[in-house]
Amino acid sequence: MRATHSIHGGIHPTEAKALSAPGTVLDAGIPDKLVLPLSQHIGRQPDVIVEVGETVKGGQVLALGDGPMSVPLHAPTSGTITAIDDRAVPHPSGLTNRCIELSCDGADNWVALEGLSNWREVDRTALISAISQAGVAGMGGAGFPTAVKLNSPATQPIRTLIINGTECEPYISADDTLMQIDAPAIVEGAEILAHIVNAEEILFAVEDNKPIALAAMQEAVDASDSNCRREVMSFPTKYPSGGEKQLIEILTGQQVPSGGLPAHLGIVCQNPGTAVAVREAVLMGKPLTERIVTLTGQALNKPGNYRVRLGTPISHLLAVTAFDPKDNQRLIHGGPMMGFALESSDVPVIKTTNCVLVPTEQELPTPPPAQACIRCGLCAEACPASLLPQQLYWYARAKDQEQLEKHHLFDCIECGACSWVCPSHIPLVQYYRAAKGSIVDARAEKTRSDRSRDRFEARQERVERELAAREAQRAARRAAAQKKAEQGADDDPIAAAIARAKAKKQTAEDPQSTPAGDDQS
Amino acid sequence: MSFLKITSPHGHGPLTTAGIMQTVLLATLPGVAVMTWFFGPGTLINLLFGGALALAFEAAALRLRDRNPGPYLRDYSVLVTSTLLCIALPPYSPWWLIATGIFSSVILGKHVFGGLGYNPFNPAMVGYVILLISFPLQMSTWQAPRGLDAVPGVMDALEALLLPAHYDAVTMATPLDVLRQNQGLLMADLQAQKPQFGRWAGVGWEWVNLAFLAGGLWLLFKRVFTWHAPVGLLVALGLCAAIGFDSGSSESGGSPLLHWLSGATMFGAFFIITDPVSSAVSNRGRLIFGALIGVLIYLIRVHGNYPDAVAFAVLILNFAAPLIDQYTQPAVYGSKPVKRDEP
Amino acid sequence: MSFIETQPLLAALIALLGLGATFGAILGFASIRFRTEGNPLADQINQILPQTQCGQCGYPGCKPYATAIADGDAINKCPPGGQETIDALADLLDVESMTLDAEHGEEKAPKVAFIREEECIGCTKCIQACPVDAILGAAKLMHTVIADECTGCDLCLDPCPVDCIDMIERKNGIQHWRWELPSDNLIASDRAAA
Repeated sequence: MRATHSIHGGIHPTEAKALSAPGTVLDAGIPDKLVLPLSQHIGRQPDVIVEVGETVKGGQVLALGDGPMSVPLHAPTSGTITAIDDRAVPHPSGLTNRCIELSCDGADNWVALEGLSNWREVDRTALISAISQAGVAGMGGAGFPTAVKLNSPATQPIRTLIINGTECEPYISADDTLMQIDAPAIVEGAEILAHIVNAEEILFAVEDNKPIALAAMQEAVDASDSNCRREVMSFPTKYPSGGEKQLIEILTGQQVPSGGLPAHLGIVCQNPGTAVAVREAVLMGKPLTERIVTLTGQALNKPGNYRVRLGTPISHLLAVTAFDPKDNQRLIHGGPMMGFALESSDVPVIKTTNCVLVPTEQELPTPPPAQACIRCGLCAEACPASLLPQQLYWYARAKDQEQLEKHHLFDCIECGACSWVCPSHIPLVQYYRAAKGSIVDARAEKTRSDRSRDRFEARQERVERELAAREAQRAARRAAAQKKAEQGADDDPIAAAIARAKAKKQTAEDPQSTPAGDDQS
Repeated sequence: MSFLKITSPHGHGPLTTAGIMQTVLLATLPGVAVMTWFFGPGTLINLLFGGALALAFEAAALRLRDRNPGPYLRDYSVLVTSTLLCIALPPYSPWWLIATGIFSSVILGKHVFGGLGYNPFNPAMVGYVILLISFPLQMSTWQAPRGLDAVPGVMDALEALLLPAHYDAVTMATPLDVLRQNQGLLMADLQAQKPQFGRWAGVGWEWVNLAFLAGGLWLLFKRVFTWHAPVGLLVALGLCAAIGFDSGSSESGGSPLLHWLSGATMFGAFFIITDPVSSAVSNRGRLIFGALIGVLIYLIRVHGNYPDAVAFAVLILNFAAPLIDQYTQPAVYGSKPVKRDEP
Repeated sequence: MSFIETQPLLAALIALLGLGATFGAILGFASIRFRTEGNPLADQINQILPQTQCGQCGYPGCKPYATAIADGDAINKCPPGGQETIDALADLLDVESMTLDAEHGEEKAPKVAFIREEECIGCTKCIQACPVDAILGAAKLMHTVIADECTGCDLCLDPCPVDCIDMIERKNGIQHWRWELPSDNLIASDRAAA
């Protein structure tokens, strides 16, 4: 196995993964109602194509998009559409968004599914289309439309496919479980992905705190054939090694250029869950309708990894795991480092829900009030992007947009390592999130106002031009009238005749003098 | 039910500000113990009196700033400031000297700027320098160490503190004083003839410095700070001394060993310049910060007007710290040009 | 004895006058040779103003107000720009920031114009009034507001003879939500005292 590199900084929080017994999947069952948000990915919301009252079957398309960045939505089971309205969705704001409510009939009837078993002979675009139609989005937490990620232009050839089984955040063990129970599916999914992007090699990345998963993946790779060079790579456990940029640095020693994509280095990363979803979409024509979710935390009496249908309300899952509320109870969507707190459990599981963490106060104490920054520099030591979190903190408080950009605020991956080490308990990463938001808004505002100014100036120009044109016309008319007035006397025919008669009389009386020029009758 | 809404991350590491301050206080114990052995209980009395005054001044300042003193006093930061200052002051100093010093450190060196974390200068050094300039006589009289004279007892110490007019001090020039005033003796002869010099450097002083070195190494082990600033200082100081050693002639500035184990070198290296608030931010910056302080210490000791120079050197570099920060920013991930890694 | 020693006062006087004349000449030359056309300060100020062209500041548009500020007018007359714009202007001009002058209006939520099409008579008066040409239409034909271009300046409301234009608040859905900065109060007890 080739040598791995190491990233700058990083921390070693308590892993607490054993709490959710990785390696075993329990079934969360199908609740009475599923609430399906239209937007479970990065990109545009798809349009609903069903109506209230319509009966649907599992796998049926409920919403279709108009472009690759809008990922379609499918029914996870059979039932009746009972509502299409705004419901609470898993989002840090706690706001609502458009959802489809599906009352399940319990029969779990599905539409007929058709896959491409001879996918190796199928055209690349057809494979990408199958993935897109199956509604596959990145399941590691970001939710980027997979079909778009795989469709990189010919000018950016992909050489390496990385399957990111790092799962560096504490508590979460969904990917670990998947690798332990279904490694061959991951390997086959990776094969399909590599075929689509024309990669030369596939790297399966697993942290060294998952020995069983490592062995399972190695076994699956050894038992299968491939056109690519494949390697299962393990490396020392550290948070946040699983971040895409950090993982690329660990496995290849290269750094993704600031503002760039891994595709610029010829690399594509995918989550193992996404690889399995791609396999199901291509081989079986099965859309993305369920996922493994880690339900963990000491406030749950039956924590574990559960197979959950998308749209399952978290309240249902809390009942399944025998939730026992305690003081200062928090409900976290995601892991302890990057997950956000939910105010109510009436939100549904979506494509990017990899974990629901329900900790007790002793397990993860609520933070004490922040104290003054003592400039100790521990945050800079921990930052995996080699930023200066301290400076970013001061500038975020001062709202100094220029300095924030100079100190590479947008290279921050919001991993939270800086806040974790801060001895004064300052919520550093919160400052950066807020600062990024204001800068994005300010840039959008600037674009708008620039456009308004351009339109205003164009209008001013047009109005002036029209005024000038009108003025010119008026002036021309005035000049013509004046000219006419001046030439008026000479043109009068009667006066001309009298003048001629006078002239003739004069020549008759005086034959020598010939008056000049007016001998015209 | 309604759940508590807090922002991520939801876990935290083991270090806290109060914890760090407590660790620093513990690390001063070896040095204080050795000082007490050699110079008597004067330093302890200084520490206790200074500590109490510091807490009082800090509480008063916080009240004036409309804040509840409780949480602020519990972070131990003012005790660290007062401890560092009182270690630097001569033992058996009068109460008004200590009070002025503590007032300068806590109020002028810290609260005027906004409290913990906002001061551009090292507060202990601010207090020390104000005293040094205002009361040069009291600040340069140091008790003779054990072995060269009797060490005063506790009652003498209290008398020196509270009734300074009555106290009869037995003072002696420090080794660095002797070095400065050297007129024509070779280094070897100087160390042989003058009673202030012991095995490697000054009597008593060499052990005090070694004790502070031990405390500092323990702090390094506990990862309270990184090695860059102390190593920078010691290496730079050693290099300057080596260059200026002049083979031990009468014009010599003193050997590296002499400089390392004299005065407040080790104390400064591990306890003063590592104050995070007033030093540089990045590791490379701290290396430069420490190195420049080392150079300045040598220059002021040998060519300047004061026998010990740590305080002035530190304050000058506190001025320069933002400039050092400006030019020592680390290379951010993704900012270097792409290089291909061939397997 | 040199001149400086015998006539110190006169020498000093001559030296200072000489230096003054030299530097004055250099500055004068520079002010002619490196003169900039136009008023770059007014352009910089105009870049900061929100370009609503509403006239609430008392000037017929943002550029005239920018020129006025460059000539010394107060920076707090722009309600659509709000406190953020005033702070940015204060930053640019290196002066103290101030609060919005209530005489010129108050900071309101951003709005967009909407024409009730059943009532529109196609008179084009609103089209002529719009400073950014955000209304689409022609004489005796339907008029409609291009929402993306509308700056919410209100200038179309008055000219409409049938009063068929509404100003609606721009909705901010989940896509426009942003995190807030943590509060500056360091310790809970501070918050209680404040």
